[in-house]
Amino acid sequence: MAGHAQEVDAATAWGGDGSPFKLSYGKQMMWFFLLSDALTFGGLLCAYGYFRHQYDSWPVGEEVFNAMPFLGNGFPLLYVALMTFILIVSSVTMVLAVEAGHRLDKPAVIKWLTLTVIGGFFFVGSQAWEWYHFIHGSHFGATLTSEGWATVSSLIMEGDIVKEVSLNFGHGKELAGAEALAVYDPHAATIFGANMVQNEYAPMIPQFANLFFFITGFHGFHVLSGVVINLIILINVRKGVYDKRGHFEMVEKVGLYWHFVDLVWVFVFTFFYLV
Amino acid sequence: MAGGHDHAHDHAHAHHHKESFITKYIFSQDHKMIAKQYLVTAIIMGIIGIGLSALFRLKLGWPDTQFPILETLLGSEAAPNGELQSNWYLGLVTMHGTIMVFFVLTGGLSGTFSNLLIPLQIGARDMASGLLNMVSYWLFFLSSVIMVASLFVETGPASAGWTIYPPLSALEEAQPGSGLGMTLWLLSMTIFVASSLLGGINYIVTILNLRTKGMKMTRLPLTIWTFFVTAVLGLLSFPVLVSAVVLLLMDRGMDTSFYLSEITTSSGQLAQTGGSPILYEHLFWFLGHPEVYIVLLPALGISSEVIATSARKPIFGYRAMIGSILAIGFLSFIVWAHHMFVTGMSPFLGSVFTFTTLLIAIPSAVKVFNYITTLWRGNIKFTPAMMFCIGMVSTFISGGVTGIILADSALDISKHDTYFVVGHFHIVMGMSAILAMFAGVYHWFPKLYGKMMNKKLGYAHFWLTIISGYGVFLPMHFTGEGGLPRRYYENTAFPMFDHMVDLNELISVFALIGVLGQVLFFFNFFYSAYRGPRATKNPWRATTLEWTTPVDHVHGNWPGALPEVHRWPYDYSKPGWDEDFVPQDVPLKPDEEEH
Repeated sequence: MAGHAQEVDAATAWGGDGSPFKLSYGKQMMWFFLLSDALTFGGLLCAYGYFRHQYDSWPVGEEVFNAMPFLGNGFPLLYVALMTFILIVSSVTMVLAVEAGHRLDKPAVIKWLTLTVIGGFFFVGSQAWEWYHFIHGSHFGATLTSEGWATVSSLIMEGDIVKEVSLNFGHGKELAGAEALAVYDPHAATIFGANMVQNEYAPMIPQFANLFFFITGFHGFHVLSGVVINLIILINVRKGVYDKRGHFEMVEKVGLYWHFVDLVWVFVFTFFYLV
Repeated sequence: MAGGHDHAHDHAHAHHHKESFITKYIFSQDHKMIAKQYLVTAIIMGIIGIGLSALFRLKLGWPDTQFPILETLLGSEAAPNGELQSNWYLGLVTMHGTIMVFFVLTGGLSGTFSNLLIPLQIGARDMASGLLNMVSYWLFFLSSVIMVASLFVETGPASAGWTIYPPLSALEEAQPGSGLGMTLWLLSMTIFVASSLLGGINYIVTILNLRTKGMKMTRLPLTIWTFFVTAVLGLLSFPVLVSAVVLLLMDRGMDTSFYLSEITTSSGQLAQTGGSPILYEHLFWFLGHPEVYIVLLPALGISSEVIATSARKPIFGYRAMIGSILAIGFLSFIVWAHHMFVTGMSPFLGSVFTFTTLLIAIPSAVKVFNYITTLWRGNIKFTPAMMFCIGMVSTFISGGVTGIILADSALDISKHDTYFVVGHFHIVMGMSAILAMFAGVYHWFPKLYGKMMNKKLGYAHFWLTIISGYGVFLPMHFTGEGGLPRRYYENTAFPMFDHMVDLNELISVFALIGVLGQVLFFFNFFYSAYRGPRATKNPWRATTLEWTTPVDHVHGNWPGALPEVHRWPYDYSKPGWDEDFVPQDVPLKPDEEEH
């Protein structure tokens, strides 16, 4: 029976009206998934806003994130700017890969997708370094002075006697010389780096480190899964799976995911580093 | 009809890839089989869920009586000498709420009817992705198993209430159920959210992309509209629950301070400072309130369909119905803080949320009036499904009216966390949705199993359910008005509630009658599925496309080409036609206006 051939053949089974957006169902699903995922990040960033609003002061991004690999401190936000730049460039290479896919240009897809994967790896690796540095903290840590918590910028001691100390209270307030010596106590509580319970950047605000770890970690997890998915698609492209299919729509779908992850980073970056 | 049967018969032989038992009944990708899987899972979860309520109602109704059955069922840890222990009482309440809200009325209701009806009513061969659909069901199944398994944990299931507020849910030492039971709860719900996400994406995309020729959005049956908006609500609200739950997991396992602050336990002061349980409440209720409509909207959709069919009249105000579905969907996202009026929020903010909450009364009233005007002067066929739908309209009104009281931030303060609230949401959300779910089962049983359910048992089931339902939840308004707090283990410990003893006993009597009444349904369901009389192709003489498919399920739904749609789904009793219904795939007559 003619009807039956149609019934079992998936390719011709669909005889209905067109899609309202002229999108394939797979691409639409990706869009709706991203919408949903955006709400998860939205919830987390609302939690960030909640705590930010709860406390009178909050660490300043330039003061916390001022280190470069191999070069030490004194480069406010430079490294994270580089990370962000690379991630955004990887979005550009992804666009080029998708565009090459539309032209069915397999070698170009491979080239641009490979570059995207490399950019993604660089970002994840940089984030690991950022975390390492954040957990490890500064050389002298933060200490409780009679003026409140301060980061120790430099310290010279002879035996048990403090010769020279300079303190940074954040938000531009710094003390050095006799003033610093007067408030500094070498036996006071000191915090090095950050963990879930306390951190030297905001000793009274555990949520600063909690949120940093959780939100950048959650985003990093997204980037890492994006890199893995991109790799799988890259292997499929090389094997010629999409040549046989006659289109490179899978590249476009993972491209949507990759752009989304970049977009989320723009928000995370803004909240944790800029404002 | 006979022709349809022959087609199906030929089909079984002509099929190229013959399905094994496993691909047909277990790992099936056919939406009709998945719908049945959802339904049976939901029924089993429903038996557990309402069974638990019967157990704790024993304690609330007869606080000093020993019930050996409790010890038999729950073990000597939970109920030594037949006396239910307080931590297990809380565990039962929590599990009752969780199972009924998420597993029966979210997973069960949407899962069953979205899966069954979306492809059949829009004229599609199947869901957009059969594979994701199958995965969605099996994740739902897995999460159900984990949730039920948590009942068997030695320290008891999660006991912090279905809303699992921290710190009860965040500190393992807070109560026995906060340990492994809570961990399993969180694991189960995470899997549940993944299942609902996959299901929801599939429903939305199927409705948008796979409508048959002529099936414009404004020709969709209202069931499909409600499933669509429900899926969107789930897609936007469940991820926020994920945020809330992962932060909770961090507090439980990683010593973070999101929800905990300066708490002293028997082992000393905790390190966490500055966290806020109110943050959890915000995140939770951002899901929690849309969740109410995730439960309710499919119920409203099912009623629209059954009421129009059984009243033999077009649904009154089709476009107003769509508008109110969309309005309810939108408003449900901006009312969440009405669950939090007593958290110390600013009175101004409270008044804003009072306003948005009261706004929901408008689209809800539009729907109710449309139901009533559809019934008005209809040629009503009182089928069991129709009885349940009329019951649903009744509970939607009576529960909605008390909602107006609770929406007011000033009035709510005296009602908050009393049995008034319990009565309110059990009538408007619990009963309405359950009644509509029953209506859906009675109405679409011929489509699910190709058999008819027994009508007499259906009527008996209806009257037992509606009378005992009102019998349970109406008196709760009085006890709540009298100040009786919800979730308390022993009301008799407070002399001020002594005069409510009889009323609580009455509630428990009705609860037990209501639970026993469901036996009629379970019997009717399973008996009819095997021994019921064979259904005809279109037993309710309805217009929608699912009734143009053969009685026996065909993979791909229609043996031949897909039907083409020429009219809206509510051409009942249309002048100029001999029959009192015109199916959607019948072309318009030359001079006929659409509607």
